[in-house]
Amino acid sequence: MPNSFSPSDPHQATSSSATLVPLEPSFIEVKEFDFFYGKKQALFDINLEIPDRQVTAFIGPSGCGKSTLLRNFNRMNELIPNVSHAGDITIHGTSIFDPSVEIIALRRRIGMVFQKSNPFPMSLYENVVYPLRITGQRQRAVLDETVERSLKAVVLWDEVKDRLHESALGLSGGQLQRLCIARAIASQPEILLMDEPCSALDPIATAKIEELIVELKKDFTIVIVTHSMHQASRISDLTAFFYLGKLIEFDQTNKIFTAPIQKQTEDYITGRFG
Amino acid sequence: MEQRAEYNCELRTANCEPTSRSDVAGCFPRIDLLRIACFLAAVMIVATLGLMLYEILSKAWPAINTFGWRFIIRSEWQPNRDLYGVFPMVIGTLTSSLIALLLALPLGLAIAIFLSENFLPSSVRNAMRFIIDLLAAIPSVVYGLWGIFVIVPLIQKYGDMISHHWGSIPIFKGPAYGNSLLAASLVLTLMVLPTITSISRAALVAVPMVLREGSYALGATRWETIFHVLLPCAAQGIVAAAILGFGRAMGETMAVAMLIGNSQRWTLSLFSPSNTLSALLANQFAEADGLQINALMYAALLLIVMTLVINLVGELVLKKTQKSFGSH
Repeated sequence: MPNSFSPSDPHQATSSSATLVPLEPSFIEVKEFDFFYGKKQALFDINLEIPDRQVTAFIGPSGCGKSTLLRNFNRMNELIPNVSHAGDITIHGTSIFDPSVEIIALRRRIGMVFQKSNPFPMSLYENVVYPLRITGQRQRAVLDETVERSLKAVVLWDEVKDRLHESALGLSGGQLQRLCIARAIASQPEILLMDEPCSALDPIATAKIEELIVELKKDFTIVIVTHSMHQASRISDLTAFFYLGKLIEFDQTNKIFTAPIQKQTEDYITGRFG
Repeated sequence: MEQRAEYNCELRTANCEPTSRSDVAGCFPRIDLLRIACFLAAVMIVATLGLMLYEILSKAWPAINTFGWRFIIRSEWQPNRDLYGVFPMVIGTLTSSLIALLLALPLGLAIAIFLSENFLPSSVRNAMRFIIDLLAAIPSVVYGLWGIFVIVPLIQKYGDMISHHWGSIPIFKGPAYGNSLLAASLVLTLMVLPTITSISRAALVAVPMVLREGSYALGATRWETIFHVLLPCAAQGIVAAAILGFGRAMGETMAVAMLIGNSQRWTLSLFSPSNTLSALLANQFAEADGLQINALMYAALLLIVMTLVINLVGELVLKKTQKSFGSH
């Protein structure tokens, strides 16, 4: 897939956004995007530009479509029968729906962390190298290096380095979620999608993951769906507020939380509904 | 915060429930009678099993006294001299069930994979599942007849050819009688297929969706996901399926009695007639008298113990599987 992720000219894509003034060139671009589960429309005419190496948070009440949009970026929604879409999503200017884009290759470039940690029933080591194993990587040195690098990146290395070959299922909830993040970044993707990664964790584990997210944005473009507005305000650079399948407002996080333009956004962040 | 609010709500409803329940009980006092009736029915089942074991044990006792544990390892079955040993039947039971398992497991697993993942539209999948479950509803004697009319002639036709070329290998030694270990095993394969398929399918379906998604999200293909994530996750359930299938094959009587040839000698050859414990019972009981009845009861006891142990192990493995899925 040589053409699917060709880096675009950094000066090319800066202009078109209406509401935000990104410093970085736009990286993921959503254009007039509609999405349907069967006949039920879940997303309405979404236009959004997500910049490189920043944390973009999606907030909004349950069922507002924020997870649906997130799961379109790596085309995970296609596991569900009878879905359809209109409009386009591009990464580096290349449409992810282009027939030349292989879904497998696309997903290898986009890491994903789920609401509930989903370790595979194998050792810690094998969990982390899973994305490499399925590409046929057999060299011990490469695998070892990946395990160490990924686990260090999620600050789990010191806690587990002596039991890498034990089952992953013995770890605590917070450790498991960090392991899943390590696995998601093991094949060095460009984008990290996080679907409410802390919703099943206690406050201490949550704080650790949040620290980690801020640390990881140096290397990855991060899009996070969260139910916690505090979390969005703590860790994100940009925030998008969704309501009933529509993007209501998208701006820099401090603006969304201090001076939102839309009344619905204000009502939501001040807790008047949702 | 939302979660806590819901939790409080639940507590409140839980608190008011007992009063409303006793109100209902006050209106319908006969509910207690129903409870007693159900309890008696349940006790009856347990009592029946106990009585059955007692009856078999007491009828088998003279044979147990006469032959002791050597009954299991002795090979002669000579009613006219009152000498009994069931070694060939034990071996026949185990080998026919094992062959059936070895053939049915890969087949059943393949079907289970095919029916648990979305290879087909769900309506077609459900139809296929239904048909496979129907296999379990076909009476044993019909399988036996099918074996006599289809499998036995096939073995007679091709068995001699195989034993002619490869007869030096003990399992292919001829001559190929139609009624044989192989005929019984092949029909048993078909009979345990629904058990193995439906339990493995259930184990595969029970693998949490987040694990599938996790694998796909890392760029795995469907087959990589199946082999690296789904099958290891469902391994215990598949083992349970194999064990329960094996148990079913061991206890199977009618079709085996019709096909296995009822030879009291034991052999390694697939083409030779053999015998199983269940077939022995079915074939000899009607005309047995004296110590032969006791010997047959001893054989029945042995069969019960074997199938009980196998089923118990299978159920335990299955329980453990369900528990391990509950935990994450």
